[in-house]
Amino acid sequence: MAFAAFASTAAPPTDAPPRRRSKVALLLLLPGILYLVLFFLAPLVSLILTSLQAPSEFGDIGMYSYAFRWENYVAVIEQYWPHILRSFGYALIATVLALAFSYPLAYFIGVTARRWPLLQSLMLVLVIAPFFISFLLRTLAWKQILSDESFLVTSLKAVSLLAPDAHLTGTAFSVIFGLTYNFIPFMTLPLYTTLERLDLRYLEAGNDLYASGFHTFRTVTIPLSMPGIVAGTLLTFIPAAGDYINASRDFLGGADTQMIGNVIEANFLVLLNYPAAAALSIILMTVILVMVGVYVKRSGTEELL
Amino acid sequence: MTRLSLGKWLLPLYTALALIFLMVPIVYTFVFSFNDSLKSNITWRGFTLDKWLNVCAVQNGAVCEAFGNSLIIGLAATVIATTLGTMIAIALVRYRFKFRAGTSLLLFLPMATPEVVLGAGLAAQFLSLGVPKDMLTIILAHTMFCISFVVVTVKARVAGLDPALEEAGRDLYGSPGQVFARITFPLLLPGILAAALLSFALSFDDFIITNFNSGAVTTFPKYIYISASRGIPAEANVIASAVFILALVIVVTAQVSAAARAKRQARLA
Repeated sequence: MAFAAFASTAAPPTDAPPRRRSKVALLLLLPGILYLVLFFLAPLVSLILTSLQAPSEFGDIGMYSYAFRWENYVAVIEQYWPHILRSFGYALIATVLALAFSYPLAYFIGVTARRWPLLQSLMLVLVIAPFFISFLLRTLAWKQILSDESFLVTSLKAVSLLAPDAHLTGTAFSVIFGLTYNFIPFMTLPLYTTLERLDLRYLEAGNDLYASGFHTFRTVTIPLSMPGIVAGTLLTFIPAAGDYINASRDFLGGADTQMIGNVIEANFLVLLNYPAAAALSIILMTVILVMVGVYVKRSGTEELL
Repeated sequence: MTRLSLGKWLLPLYTALALIFLMVPIVYTFVFSFNDSLKSNITWRGFTLDKWLNVCAVQNGAVCEAFGNSLIIGLAATVIATTLGTMIAIALVRYRFKFRAGTSLLLFLPMATPEVVLGAGLAAQFLSLGVPKDMLTIILAHTMFCISFVVVTVKARVAGLDPALEEAGRDLYGSPGQVFARITFPLLLPGILAAALLSFALSFDDFIITNFNSGAVTTFPKYIYISASRGIPAEANVIASAVFILALVIVVTAQVSAAARAKRQARLA
């Protein structure tokens, strides 16, 4: 599964020596690697080149020529810094919320429910069930549920839990809510994978040494589940920071909840300002890679990469 | 005493509520596939089976056409990505070669790159090469992001394979082709199938990368995105619900048969 990408630890090295010539290895690797070079690496280079392009002399919209206009970067940061900050802010809050939501859930499925394997697998199916229904449709479902005319909002207003003129959709609340909901399975599954392997004797040892339940949890359970926490937060944070469905005006967002993904889409597909879209993409990718690198290094889980 | 029993019940109760919460939009989508709605499907207007019986009737079958496109793209991307990814996975586990670290990085990076960057990058490349965007560009894009996930999934299976089995095949004078077809491939098949299912699911539900590289072609998620502002017909809910049920059946069957196999093996041991 996708989540195993980060969750599973490195494959155990086979002790069998390489038996055949490496020519076979080359033949096996070459097509796939070539594909990734052509359709992943080359596009990244293309993106960098595009981000430095200047408008063509003829002044046509959407026409650019190769140049070295690094000022493009200054321009997009000046124009879009609120969107950039908002993206990372929203993604960070959504990641923390998803972790808080998922940890007890994953603990119950992975540790408490060990005695009942059938219940365990049934609950896991329910956790990944949201993936089986279209991402856009489940976001739209939340839009309807949180809309002004919905049963939920009218009842909240009736009991004065919500001001009469308040809205839930189109706000920072609904965008962060949507981001959290949509990426919860990405958080829960890696957490489950590590908690499922947690050796309960360590917890008993903590208990025997007169540690309180909370103390054992903080000093034993959390550190042992660190690989799952790191994998889950990365799998949630990266797509959330670049997402533009939840923040889109037709979904859960509003005019002042637009994220970096929304401005990349608008610049590329609507305004045909390719250099601006490319520069924003490069900024997004660089910031994410730096954050991921620092985070993985600080949490001491380099072997995940 | 009361505090103790509260603590005992808190976690199961929380889990039940959390799982119910996760189901809310799924149930909503399913229920509204039976809504006797007009153009847009927002308020409940009564129960009908009409939408399920005449899925392709609305807008000259636009929903079904988009669904068909998604199926074709998903199948093509799955076949290519699973083939290329499986080959890489075998090479990674079984052989030692130069540039191993570089290869691993090249496989990891697409998974750590936000989709919007992958989509914009490919679109920028197609633009500068003058490649028109159509079905083919979508398939090329989807294959790209599926390969890494296939490698990760199949690699685990290759690593768990006992090399002695293949050695036995060679000792019995099996040709390399025979050993692969009769021993390696059947043993890898569950991993390859899981990778293919994952690829198809990723491709089928992808919107962000598709949106940048699709031109005039409409896939199922793109259809929903385009119609979101003017209201989505209930037929879209019908297709999504049908796909959901099918996926659920596949996963539950796989789980049950895995459990049965484990039981059988436990009895043999």
